[in-house]
Amino acid sequence: MPGKLKVKIVAGRHLPVMDRASDLTDAFVEVKFGNTTFKTDVYLKSLNPQWNSEWFKFEVDDEDLQDEPLQITVLDHDTYSANDAIGKVYIDIDPLLYSEAATVISGWFPIYDTIHGIRGEINVVVKVDLFNDLNRFRQSSCGVKFFCTTSIPKCYRAVIIHGFVEELVVNEDPEYQWIDRIRTPRASNEARQRLISLMSGELQRKIGLKVLEMRGNAVVGYLQCFDLEGESGLVVRAIGTACTLDKLSSPAAFLPACNSPSKEMKESPLVHPPSHGCRSTHNSPIHTATGSRLTQNFSVSVPTLIYTGMGSGSAGKEGGPFKALLRQQTQSALEQREFPFFTLTAFPPGFLVHVGGVVSARSVKLLDRIHNPAFVGIMGNTRSYKLLDWNSFNSDEPETRDAWWAEIRQEIKSHAKALGCHAVVGYSESTSICEEVCILSASGTAAVLNPRFLQDGTVEGCLEQRLEENLPAGCGFCHIPYDELNMPFPAHLTYCNNCRKQKVPDVLFTTIDLPVDATVIGKGCLIQARLCRLKKKAQAEANATAISNLLPFMEYEVHTQLMNKLKLKAMNALFGLRIQITVGENMLMGLASATGVYLAALPTPGGIQIAGKTPNDGSYEQHISHMQKKINDTIAKNKELYEINPPEISEEIIGSPIPEPRQRSRLLRSQSESSDEVTELDLSHGKKDAFVLEIDDTDAMEDVHSLLTDVPPPSGFYSCNTEIMPGINNWTSEIQMFTSVRVIRLSSLNLTNQALNKNFNDLCENLLKSLYFKLRSMIPCCLCHVNFTVSLPEDELIQVTVTAVAITFDKNQALQTTKTHAEKLLQRASTDNEELLQFPLELCSDSLPSHPFPPAKEHLESASSNSGIPAAQRATSVDYSSFADRCSSWIELIKLKAQTIRRGSIKTTVTVEKASPMGEGNFRNRSAPPCANSTVGVVKMTPLSFIPGAKITKYLGIINMFFIRETTSLREEGGVSGFLHAFIAEVFAMVRAHVAALGGNAVVSYIMKQCVFMENPNKNQAQCLINVSGDAVVFVRESELEVVSTPQPAASCQPSCTGGEVTT
Amino acid sequence: MTSELDIFVGNTTLIDEDVYRLWLDGYSVSDAVALRVRSGILEQTGATAAVLQSDTMDHYRTFHMLERLLHAPPKLLHQLIFQIPPSRQALLIERYYAFDEAFVREVLGKKLSKGTKKDLDDISTKTGITLKSCRRQFDNFKRVFKVVEEMRGSLVDNIQQHFLLSDRLARDYAAIVFFANNRFETGKKKLQYLSFGDFAFCAELMIQNWTLGAVDSQVDDMDMDLDKEFLQDLKELKVLVADKDLLDLHKSLVCTALRGKLGVFSEMEANFKNLSRGLVNVAAKLTHNKDVRDLFVDLVEKFVEPCRSDHWPLNDVRLFLNQYSASVHSLDGFRPRYRHLDQGSGSPGPLRLEFR
Repeated sequence: MPGKLKVKIVAGRHLPVMDRASDLTDAFVEVKFGNTTFKTDVYLKSLNPQWNSEWFKFEVDDEDLQDEPLQITVLDHDTYSANDAIGKVYIDIDPLLYSEAATVISGWFPIYDTIHGIRGEINVVVKVDLFNDLNRFRQSSCGVKFFCTTSIPKCYRAVIIHGFVEELVVNEDPEYQWIDRIRTPRASNEARQRLISLMSGELQRKIGLKVLEMRGNAVVGYLQCFDLEGESGLVVRAIGTACTLDKLSSPAAFLPACNSPSKEMKESPLVHPPSHGCRSTHNSPIHTATGSRLTQNFSVSVPTLIYTGMGSGSAGKEGGPFKALLRQQTQSALEQREFPFFTLTAFPPGFLVHVGGVVSARSVKLLDRIHNPAFVGIMGNTRSYKLLDWNSFNSDEPETRDAWWAEIRQEIKSHAKALGCHAVVGYSESTSICEEVCILSASGTAAVLNPRFLQDGTVEGCLEQRLEENLPAGCGFCHIPYDELNMPFPAHLTYCNNCRKQKVPDVLFTTIDLPVDATVIGKGCLIQARLCRLKKKAQAEANATAISNLLPFMEYEVHTQLMNKLKLKAMNALFGLRIQITVGENMLMGLASATGVYLAALPTPGGIQIAGKTPNDGSYEQHISHMQKKINDTIAKNKELYEINPPEISEEIIGSPIPEPRQRSRLLRSQSESSDEVTELDLSHGKKDAFVLEIDDTDAMEDVHSLLTDVPPPSGFYSCNTEIMPGINNWTSEIQMFTSVRVIRLSSLNLTNQALNKNFNDLCENLLKSLYFKLRSMIPCCLCHVNFTVSLPEDELIQVTVTAVAITFDKNQALQTTKTHAEKLLQRASTDNEELLQFPLELCSDSLPSHPFPPAKEHLESASSNSGIPAAQRATSVDYSSFADRCSSWIELIKLKAQTIRRGSIKTTVTVEKASPMGEGNFRNRSAPPCANSTVGVVKMTPLSFIPGAKITKYLGIINMFFIRETTSLREEGGVSGFLHAFIAEVFAMVRAHVAALGGNAVVSYIMKQCVFMENPNKNQAQCLINVSGDAVVFVRESELEVVSTPQPAASCQPSCTGGEVTT
Repeated sequence: MTSELDIFVGNTTLIDEDVYRLWLDGYSVSDAVALRVRSGILEQTGATAAVLQSDTMDHYRTFHMLERLLHAPPKLLHQLIFQIPPSRQALLIERYYAFDEAFVREVLGKKLSKGTKKDLDDISTKTGITLKSCRRQFDNFKRVFKVVEEMRGSLVDNIQQHFLLSDRLARDYAAIVFFANNRFETGKKKLQYLSFGDFAFCAELMIQNWTLGAVDSQVDDMDMDLDKEFLQDLKELKVLVADKDLLDLHKSLVCTALRGKLGVFSEMEANFKNLSRGLVNVAAKLTHNKDVRDLFVDLVEKFVEPCRSDHWPLNDVRLFLNQYSASVHSLDGFRPRYRHLDQGSGSPGPLRLEFR
């Protein structure tokens, strides 16, 4: 009996009136865990009962502790009739099961009822005493930490990154059991909530076991999803990356490690130095791996698109052998794994070597009932034909889902191989279900990884050192990982604009975050491709076939749209690419979101050329040239808007191996300057790099038009779907996370693809416009991690859900930094040095990421100027290959490090003293004396892994909650909008309450994974299911500190040095 | 393409002050959108009317959900559903309980009952304030009244504690509650020139000096009801006008003290008897509820109007009243007993009334 769970019910408040006569309530509480139930006394006639119960003790297996939620039910005592339920609270006690997280859960929880919503609050205290359990055959996995964050959590260091873990569990959906016909909606909803809670617990436990098997101690990038398959059941599946994490415990080391990325970017590139680059170019639109085959059900594997990057493989002179060596090593490390996948999108220094491109796979499946022994008895009378296979089903049927995913993963793996990569990073899986058809999708970024993190044993230092040396600064990830002569698709390679040694593709698509050390010119922006395709209504196999026939065309078009829009923005790389294909009764929707940037290492993108098919028509020609002008104008405007002005110097360097880019860019420039150069257009027409749009029918016309209808955000606004916005690095502390949902009804008459596309486009654009308007008071600000989800709840309904966070930034500093982007290069250089230093010398690598950066930079500056490079040229011509330089800088750096560490520790103590853990300082106000005594602490929520202007000091555990809300009085609750608005607000409230009860003040990596909304206005009913997750954390503000240590990159050198002494 | 559902929910609840004002003013969504368009917001932000419509709807929905909590402001502080910074909470509450001068003048001193609520239509037409806003304000008055009605302790403190209003607003509500409880007539034409502020000023002094709370701070209702004993005692002031000797003595004391100090000395001297009789009669009648209600009407008729017809400057009125009450102490038999008389019947009321 390895655990004792103790629960105390303290008090309630704001309870609803349950007795009309007295306008009061006689409340009591049932506390249930597993099969044991305790009750409190009835507290008579009060809306604010004080139970102050004894400690209720449950003695349970730790297996149960992991699976079961603690269930607290508040009831109204009724002498004569049945007691009325007021509502429930489910508490996941998992965070109490590992030592470093929360030790107690204590606080006010909203009492939730699936019909009435939140009805008052209850104060509960929960503790767990775990007994040490050394049983090696145990079924529990207590102690394995889970993180939703898709990077190494801020106050940890990755010792080993083991790799992919996945698991799924299936069950009958209570909503579809026969008993549902006779029980109340409330009972049914509660059964569902409880079941899903149980299943998530079980899933997490099983994944934990796998992690322990791999000798890891944590799962990072944990993503759990539900597939509501309706009649055929309920699937809960999860993927994640198993790691061995070390807590950075000493304050000195830990302070810097928790720097917010804003700081990291600005002043300490050391934090994430070299690793995440990914690039894929998608030149070769389609790499098909189609096989349509029938499994026991019916399954079509769909042509898959690989957006690849092409690699120069052995192109680099010195790079070759090392690369080969590296590959070999990685290979051996990875080949032991079934799936070398990583759900991470940002990586520890040195982890990611090269990126091949985006790989994705989809498959269309027909759902069949998942058989579960537990439900056989009850299901008896549902459908007679089911009886036939009842004997055959049992344990092998749930395996079907496993097999489906295994198939897809296999495909992904082989795509990655085709790109010369052994691993897939930024990996994710999703489904879209409509009736009995299900599209399974998986995507990720093919990459070559550094084996160092993948193995238990340490690799020989010298090899590593050499490897590191060969990593070009800030552009390494762009270099093509596979053989140039043996490319899996046609692509256009050039030499890297940065190091000029290796080949790079002309465009790069990836699913991961922009590496912090990547050299980006200008700012990034959100780029979306949106697409609808009508499809005939059909049944079963016919339907699945129709869908799988449509999919490749959709993929292709989505890709073309992305490409065009990218060119229109004058950018050359996409990060965080997420393509969602949604299936409905009579249509398919495709929505791709990504963040476009201009990578300095890649060639300048060519323009977009328009070519007509009927050349002899004069007016047509005119029309074409008019369009061309518009496009060119837009490109020019975008360049200005996103501050994309690549340095010209690069082209002037003698011996530049690639003359083309220059020509290309010049051409482009002249085009945008004047409009009547039709001849020049023709000239460039034949060039490979110019992207040619042929307008040969109205469809193409539409496409061009839709290209131009995307309106840029109003001034002061930026948006991206990655964690951080390239080109902005001075975030201020104000953040606003939000969810916005829109549903439109299409007029059903004569729907055409064009009309549909336009509707969908307008829907998304209007939604964005609304967001910009609503958040206008935060200008200048950036919408980060913009996450669109599309669903098709009914025939003519399209639902779009957006979750994002708006973060303010300091405009003045932004301008400054963008102007002097030489700074950035310098930073990169120092990153490089740091990294070099860190690896071979094994210098407390945990503390490294952390330094307040300025000293290092200053030093670098001096170092580089010493080496005789004129400052003006530093931006483009710092010579990284000079080994002597580096050596000298290392020594300097070591000294500096000693200093900064010392300073760092002192600073931490300062913050801890000054910062209020509840982050209230922010809101504390001058003018509100009567309200100053509010007892509700502020809990921040953000989809990002960090909080600007603050340090995360502790991870308290994962938040994973599932709620159902139903109403039979839709009109009275303000219609669908009123209903959903209230529900989402309630979900936020419950998340905040759980975090606060764990002792936290923020949720990071928050995500709303599901928001399924169904309505029946005729019956005045609606139902909604929401699933959210995130990491509960404690953060402290670093505001006081910043004044001392970082203000502006340029000015900070001296102040920070003296500042350090002052604090000492 | 029609929008079926359109919502925005922030972790920190977005409050747009301008929209809040429009909502409080009782405008419908479409009116509010029209007003916002007119304010030029579209040009400033480059938004479209559709965006504005959606934004306004969102805010209205939020306010509608918040309204339930605003009815008991401490709930707003402790609730978990809306995360609102304290300064914003204060603003929401303060604005919600703010009222229109024009409206409050219409209902001040009226019984806060269903009957009055029915008249809100007329008030709305008369004042140009939307019916919705009138209802909100009326309900606010009534709600505050109900909550503090039977409470002990200071009226202002109670209001502040239960509704978290600013000091200023709490005092105003105290006045409203006090007037409603005592049903002072304020709607007569003669009183139209007086502002709510004037009445609130009187109310504050009356609460301080004329109520049970002025004598004993441990009684229920202490700041709401006038001290009956005190009103009874006021009857004995009649002697000031009934006893000829006393009247003359009083007059001579006042005249001696004020000679050379008043611009209207001769008028005062000539009118002393009338004025004194007027004041004393008003005071002596206060044992009857009906006369309590007419307090302000009577004061204006019996004291303010005579003074005004003689063109008394304000300062002279003040000097006269001060001297009038101070002199009483010198009269035999008045010394110890009517200590609070001079604070009370020193009639700040008339003074303030004349002020206008």
